Amino acid sequence: MLSRNSNALSTADDGTGPDSGGGPHTLVTRWNTLPMLVRHILAALAALLIVVAATSITDQITDIRIARIGFYLVALAGLSILIGYSGQISLGHGAFMFVGAYTTALLILNAPMVPLWLNLLLAVAVSCVAGLLVGAATSRLHGPYLAGATLALALGLPELALRFPDVLGGNIGLTFQTRGAPDFLGTMVPSTQWQAIVVWLVVLLALVVLANISKGRLGRQMRALRDDETAAAMCGIQVGWTKVVAFVISAGCGGLAGALQAYTLGTASPDTFSVVLSLTLLAVLVFGGLGSLWGAFWAAVAMVYIEVWGDEVRRTLELPTNVANNLPLVLYGVLLILVIRLWPGGIQGALRSARNWVQSRF
Amino acid sequence: MEHFLNLTINGFANGAIFAALALSLIIIYQATRVVNFAQPALALVAAYTAMAVTQASGSYWLGFVAALVCGLASGALVERVLIRPVQSSASPLNPVIVTLGLLLLLMGAVGMIWGNEPHSFGYAFDYRGRPSPADIWAVVSVALAAALLFALYRLTPLGLRMRAAAMRPEIARMLGVRVGSMLTLGWGIASVIGALAGMLAAPPFLYPNVLDTIFVLGLAAAVIGGLDNPFGAILGGLLMGLTTSYVSGYFGSELTALAALGVLIVVLSVRPDGLFTRPTARKV
Repeated sequence: MLSRNSNALSTADDGTGPDSGGGPHTLVTRWNTLPMLVRHILAALAALLIVVAATSITDQITDIRIARIGFYLVALAGLSILIGYSGQISLGHGAFMFVGAYTTALLILNAPMVPLWLNLLLAVAVSCVAGLLVGAATSRLHGPYLAGATLALALGLPELALRFPDVLGGNIGLTFQTRGAPDFLGTMVPSTQWQAIVVWLVVLLALVVLANISKGRLGRQMRALRDDETAAAMCGIQVGWTKVVAFVISAGCGGLAGALQAYTLGTASPDTFSVVLSLTLLAVLVFGGLGSLWGAFWAAVAMVYIEVWGDEVRRTLELPTNVANNLPLVLYGVLLILVIRLWPGGIQGALRSARNWVQSRF
Repeated sequence: MEHFLNLTINGFANGAIFAALALSLIIIYQATRVVNFAQPALALVAAYTAMAVTQASGSYWLGFVAALVCGLASGALVERVLIRPVQSSASPLNPVIVTLGLLLLLMGAVGMIWGNEPHSFGYAFDYRGRPSPADIWAVVSVALAAALLFALYRLTPLGLRMRAAAMRPEIARMLGVRVGSMLTLGWGIASVIGALAGMLAAPPFLYPNVLDTIFVLGLAAAVIGGLDNPFGAILGGLLMGLTTSYVSGYFGSELTALAALGVLIVVLSVRPDGLFTRPTARKV
């Protein structure tokens, strides 16, 4: 599956930071000789600086948007590992976001003394356990069978909130207050900026882990699995176990994303985590480019800004509400069909071929 | 006991609907190895067409026929215009992603035209009583459709050509079968069955998300049956119908999708390729 991409994938993403490539040749060589983990951490630090700088000049609405790009990025990166690396297709990613968001919300409401980092860790742990349960049960499934099972999960899990309204808040969901910037920063940092920075700090930490996984032994095993399961098994890769691990990683990312979403927005409600969310995640991921973390980044930007532009279009054109409400859905659908038809690598694929073209010329 | 009996009857009626949807998925999967995630959207368009025709003409059955025709036309069109160009691409994921895109597109388009709020949508027959005429109609119409399908595929030369095109396209082509047309026809027929499922499942209210749960359960039924076997689909549909009916009757209707997931996992851990599929050897 997807075997024609395997070479491109293994060479892609060698610069996780925006500052790789370009510059004097010696600098590039020295960068490439650094250990992988150090490279990824340096790149993440650079990205964090960019986020801090960006959020200090933008207004509050943009801060929230930047935070949203952050948590969608981590969800999409997990999904990208699952689909692009291990070749399993999941239509139930929104369900794990649901688990993460509700874990965080319940902790904030019932145990307010738990610090945020512990809260997020617990949310990831709970969604990893959920992922382990589902992943172990579905590890023997592939292709359409897994898609069917995960679709049932995406539909069924949020309905738990309706079944247990006393604990999970029913249709309205849970609302709560999250703490803003610590006191010593005073009024210097508005709470939205603080939230955006916290979200991105967590997201970048997660991305460093993911980048290391996907470049390392496990990522290689997953790619082998994706390209040919039987051949991978004959090379000594434990097929079932590797699939479960990929599923658990993606579930953990989904849970972290959900937790960060709850932290940013201060609510968790069942209709945010509908089947449409799971399908939308898949749509933008295909648009951004499957199987690379940069692809997930473009996807996250697209996810937030398609919605923003949709809002602007409906306001300037004064569309009737029926048309306006369904505009994003139609847009995502058209996007998916067109990208697969004309441009199967997505944005990242197009950028990569542009880079190869430039390199072959100069 | 009476509660149990009612739930059983309800389970059979719903199971027939799931079986119809599962059949429509399996026909396409057999022919093109694609799970058509756009099937509920095509059925939705058919149901809305039926509503428009019924409102204009005042006759339910005229609308019913319009829905089936709409299903045939849209299924064939989708295969020709959207699926065939990506069918030959290297990744088997691509056609599936196209159907997911079509699902989002059509659901949005239906909402744009008819709005997101529910419209009342009539039953073919009276829905009161246990079993009600509407329940009986659901079971009878699906059984009839399945029998017609069986006759078409097993007893007619056209069906033979369709099976040949699905199983050995290269050899069929050499023997003069127009493989492309057969695939298009297969998608059309599948969408007719899908439209029938939509007409049975939508009442009493029609809105863009009305078929979501039905589709997930239909897909689960198809997967349980093995995605490759029409009898498996029908049995899977009934199993799903009964399970979800009991679960929703005794534990609450919110748990139906999770119950479906549970059944799916139990069945597939015992038989990973579904109840009715013989295991296949994979070649390295």
